[in-house]
Amino acid sequence: MSVDKATVAKIASLARIKMGDEELERMVPELNGILDWVEQLGEVDVTGIEPMTAVIPKKLRLRDDVVDADPLMGGGKREDVLANAPAAEHGFFGVPKVIE
Amino acid sequence: MADFTDLGVKDIRDGVASGEFTAREVAESFNAAVADAAALNAFIVTTPEHALAAADKVDADRAAGKDLGKMAGVPIGMKDLFATHGVQTTAASHILEGFKPDYESTVSSNLWAAGAGMLGKLNLDQFAMGSSNETSYFGNVNSPWRKEGSNAAMSPGGSSGGSSSAVASRIAPAATGTDTGGSIRQPAAFTGICGIKPTYGRCSRWGVVAFASSLDQAGPMARSVEDCAIMLEAMAGFDPKDSTSLQMDVPAWEAGLSADLKGKKVGIPREYRMDGTYEAILKSWEQGKEWLRDAGAEIVDISLPHTKYALPAYYIIAPAEASSNLARYDGVRYGLRELPEGAGLQDMYAATRAAGFGDEVKRRILIGTYVLSAGFYDAYYNQAQKVRALVARDFEQAWATCDVILAPTTPTPSFPLGSLNEDPLTMYLNDVFAVPASLAGLPAMSVPATLTDDGLPLGLQLVGKPFDEQGVLNAGLAIQQRANFAAKPEKWW
Repeated sequence: MSVDKATVAKIASLARIKMGDEELERMVPELNGILDWVEQLGEVDVTGIEPMTAVIPKKLRLRDDVVDADPLMGGGKREDVLANAPAAEHGFFGVPKVIE
Repeated sequence: MADFTDLGVKDIRDGVASGEFTAREVAESFNAAVADAAALNAFIVTTPEHALAAADKVDADRAAGKDLGKMAGVPIGMKDLFATHGVQTTAASHILEGFKPDYESTVSSNLWAAGAGMLGKLNLDQFAMGSSNETSYFGNVNSPWRKEGSNAAMSPGGSSGGSSSAVASRIAPAATGTDTGGSIRQPAAFTGICGIKPTYGRCSRWGVVAFASSLDQAGPMARSVEDCAIMLEAMAGFDPKDSTSLQMDVPAWEAGLSADLKGKKVGIPREYRMDGTYEAILKSWEQGKEWLRDAGAEIVDISLPHTKYALPAYYIIAPAEASSNLARYDGVRYGLRELPEGAGLQDMYAATRAAGFGDEVKRRILIGTYVLSAGFYDAYYNQAQKVRALVARDFEQAWATCDVILAPTTPTPSFPLGSLNEDPLTMYLNDVFAVPASLAGLPAMSVPATLTDDGLPLGLQLVGKPFDEQGVLNAGLAIQQRANFAAKPEKWW
């Protein structure tokens, strides 16, 4: 399978990366080179093989169901959470208006 | 001022503990070496005050008769993928420039608790995506090594290229690295140092900027196997904040070191003999077999039939996970924001990510988005996950006949910066021998073996069973003792 410029534009839009014409045109052969190469995986007989999701089998742990089980990651951290925001206003993350 | 920069982790720790010298003297020595090595571009920011403060605490603890930690008095470099409290953490990307975390990664916390100090944050490939350290927003890292008779700038490998360059040039006795598909082992091999990626889950990923979560593992990079053992002990350990953290005690790897391999079987995978591998590397592999035989091991041929498919599977799985992990960089909560005049929220996301991510990062996000999209998920992503299961099964079957695997770390020695940029695929092939162990989550290490005729280091790779870092370290030690790799780069920086 190969991608054309329109497909790359669609993927870039899904990934929320703005790309101009020139960049899209540059990406087309690069992505096709990679996709052609990974195509060889189709040769592998995977009959009866389950897709691997964890290299070391283990059960997912649950933490204790209490408030602030980990004080580092619990509540009451608004200022710390907002400290690196490009635009923090009135204790919230500021974003451009989304309601018409 | 005495010069301590030729000392490694063990020498520094023991010298500080015995009172031969102070931790402060050591920190001052390395701080000066770092300040003098700007030409390597190994660090994105330097933190001499952090190294001094940690050293002073160790000296005070010693004076007070307190127990000293495993890394007491050792100043290290920290790959800029680990969140460090109040110190800029960028993943070498413009999108995180200026980000100062309000928390500390578990691995760095463990190291500070063990008495280590920080010389600075080390440069890397952007978001750890690259094999030559040429994708950093903060510029290429130079290897301290050069080909004999040439002044061409050489690659320190990637993605932990700042780490490898700093340790090889002796401006840091050791450094942290992270390995997703070879990012500790390949740079270690390129620069004549040691580096080990432990079993997946040994080191907590909490506070490490995520690239591909099912593959990412932290590990130490240093100039000897002993130093790696010491530092890995300090880094590893169960962490309830990482859901994939191994709930197991950390073995005493340093105390368990032994180069006596009697009764051990070393597997030689026939599929690793690939076209395009340098003659000098095949020769060093033969030499490696001799060294391990000399240490008492039996050499056996093994087969890992799906080796050829590991790399393409990796280049589906890793970008897929990356495209999901990197969705968080949206210009809202931290890092860069690009807000063109009159832009709405969606435009802001797209403009921020366009300006903040480098080309290689964008390429991988696009590949990842494509292989996960409706209609292609089964053909690409699911197929790759099945192939991954087969790669892991190959190793499981191999463990029936051997205890540890010996292979080259890379198919070529280091190359000049800028020489492989034409086609992303040629760069990817650098990790062809490193990726299979990553896909299977196995402990794997690179140790220096020899130099090429034109004076560039070559590494040998050891891959072990799950949780058997000791077996990997021991085989590495056997090679180290026989290779006697003492070459060091001539100072030009």
